[in-house]
Amino acid sequence: MSGTLTSGRRGGPGSGAGGGTRARRARRAQRALRTFAFMSPWLIGFGVFFAYPLLSTVYFSFMHYDGFTAPSWNGAQNWRYVFAHYPLFWPALRNTLWLVAVMVALRVVFGLGVGLLITKIRTGTGVFRTLFYLPYLAPPVAATMSFAFLLNPGTGPVNSVLERIGVKAPGWFDDPSWSKPALTLLALWGIGDLMVIFMAALLDVPREQYEAAELDGASPWQRFRFVTLPNISPIVMFAVVTGVIQTMQYYTQPLIAGKVASGVIQGAGTQFEPGYPDRSTLTLPQLVYNLGFQRFDHGSACVVALVLFALSTAFTALLMRRRGGLVQAGD
Amino acid sequence: MPENSRFIPGIPRRAALTLTASLALLGTACTGRSDSTASDDPSKETTINFWHAWSAPGEVAAVKSLVAGFEKAHPNIHVDIVGNMTDDKINQALRTGGAKAPDVISSFTTNNVGKFCSSGALVDLDPFFRKAGIDPEKTFPEAMNEYTRFDGNRCTVPLLGDAYGLYYNKTAFAKAGITAPPKTWSEFEADAEKLTVPDGDSYTQLGFMPDYHGWESTTEHYLAQFSPTYFDASGKSNLAEDPAFERGFTLQKRLVDELGGFRKLERYRAKLGDEWGPEHPFHTGQVAMQLDGEWRLGMALDAKPGFEIGVAPLPVPDDQADQYGKGYITGTVAGIAATSTKQNAAWELVKYMTTDTDAVVGFSNAIHNVPSTLAALKSPKLKYDPRFKTFLDIAANPHSTTTPASVNGGVYLVTIQQFGYAYESGKAGDLKAGLAKTAAQIDTDIAQAR
Repeated sequence: MSGTLTSGRRGGPGSGAGGGTRARRARRAQRALRTFAFMSPWLIGFGVFFAYPLLSTVYFSFMHYDGFTAPSWNGAQNWRYVFAHYPLFWPALRNTLWLVAVMVALRVVFGLGVGLLITKIRTGTGVFRTLFYLPYLAPPVAATMSFAFLLNPGTGPVNSVLERIGVKAPGWFDDPSWSKPALTLLALWGIGDLMVIFMAALLDVPREQYEAAELDGASPWQRFRFVTLPNISPIVMFAVVTGVIQTMQYYTQPLIAGKVASGVIQGAGTQFEPGYPDRSTLTLPQLVYNLGFQRFDHGSACVVALVLFALSTAFTALLMRRRGGLVQAGD
Repeated sequence: MPENSRFIPGIPRRAALTLTASLALLGTACTGRSDSTASDDPSKETTINFWHAWSAPGEVAAVKSLVAGFEKAHPNIHVDIVGNMTDDKINQALRTGGAKAPDVISSFTTNNVGKFCSSGALVDLDPFFRKAGIDPEKTFPEAMNEYTRFDGNRCTVPLLGDAYGLYYNKTAFAKAGITAPPKTWSEFEADAEKLTVPDGDSYTQLGFMPDYHGWESTTEHYLAQFSPTYFDASGKSNLAEDPAFERGFTLQKRLVDELGGFRKLERYRAKLGDEWGPEHPFHTGQVAMQLDGEWRLGMALDAKPGFEIGVAPLPVPDDQADQYGKGYITGTVAGIAATSTKQNAAWELVKYMTTDTDAVVGFSNAIHNVPSTLAALKSPKLKYDPRFKTFLDIAANPHSTTTPASVNGGVYLVTIQQFGYAYESGKAGDLKAGLAKTAAQIDTDIAQAR
């Protein structure tokens, strides 16, 4: 092949070898064009909705840009500002990582638990499925406001019940050490999405594998460990990866919870104290909004967005590398 | 060489060209600032867009009525009104411009005035004022003049205002043997203690909620009574230099300690109703004194509380007793978009809404805000509850203060408030060191924004 290509390049116009090469090139080009044509919807989508915004974000992270005047180059200043001088960055990063570690893990375990429970129930399955799924349909703002009222330390019914039974009631969204657990409770309440996915996966596990395990004398735990888990491990991986990505984008619930609990509700566009109480509900996506649209510092907002992107990519890559531990060969 | 033989090798070159073009586009995109100058003829038939943030039906009707008055006076200029436009949306429109973008905007907050002026998103109105023969210094109260300009650029104009004062429960005052509202902070401290009725780890009645999360008892509202200077001549934060700040923070912390301590007060606050509902703790009698804006009077009366409401200016420091009557001033602002091609027609609307005494008075009567011109504040056509007069006087008081515009919006106010939370809770113990650190942070944030 290479010899033909070389001679083709050296051969003059009209030579036999050259004509064959030209024909092959033409066919290759046609194939390439056809391939691009078939791929174009995806390529356009990828370019417009991913590559271009990503490139723009990288570009603006090195620019001073307030959204009104033309961007101007300011080197690594935005990066220095975010990492060394922006007081909300590190608390927000810590909170986001806490939520990724605790909330995602608990949601997967709880979702799997509820899914298992639902598949075992013999009567009223439809009712239970509906009951567990319904909270997921609640709009996030309404759900968070409801939780903030239910968990109000002074007037909420949850603390009234706890106090009646002699339990020291926590401050929930008004206490920095309880605000993230309260958000986790809210996330567990809306477990309907994972429940449905796990339920479908659990119902898909071949019955004969359980029967064979039972014949071998496997205990319920062994059946779960050696039959259920290997079969549903791709779904567990899916739940973890999407959970990490969703938690990295966690914005509405902590923002609303903080605002409702603080009792200070300003109009859109006005400055407010994010992360009430004591920055404990501050997450990285809130910083992107705070920097970009309240402080008019699009460059620094892009830096935080890139940190989020890098973290999401790193978590996903790490999980995919660990995939072998969760997913059977051939899955 | 046949064209198709270069197809594959050509891709990197084209990609590079495309990338370069994209970067060039990025470099020039989304810069809504326009260098357009006002050259339109306002006497010709034209239509302009006016975006405002009011959304309640009564307020929207009041805006329509105000604009109807303008259209009657200027039959050739028609106004398309778009309501419920908060600053987030307005910012976007000011960047992009276009036929549907606003020519005139109004914003509920003064936070963004610094950015609007420094970026040129709104045009400087001083040339228009000069052309119209109007002197803003003689037209608007001093504090309102301050919050509508930045670095010598007057890119906004006040469109009604808000003044902050003291609401008090007259019935609780009488029960506690207090005959008049406090005029100095010493009197206020004594009254707040007298009015506080503890109930174990809580309160039957709290004299005053001093915490910075106590709805409107924010740092800037307290500090206004000490007449602070937020920035020095070079634009650096004055937080650590002006003793007014230290005095303000010290007073608030003393109130917190005297009235039960931060934890007890916060536990009590968590039980109270929200700021905008009928269960506001001042309405319910759970708190006997409240620092608040002029709008509270109407809301409190609507809630039909079981006591008589009193209104007074906020107290002043003991050594500034002669300045009693001052308060914090802020308000709605209006401006003309730099992207507008009808700036002269837009100016006619802005001029009418903000400087025509009858228009300002009518609008004030309709939405119960403080009028924003000195003439309107004295107008006999103003209709108000006699108690509302307190706020008119606060607005007209030359000692009343505001928070100046900054290049990065209200970031410095949030930074000060954040320090306030740390100081009132005891997390920050050294006031002087805390103020110095907060000032350094404000300077860093402003340097980053410039």
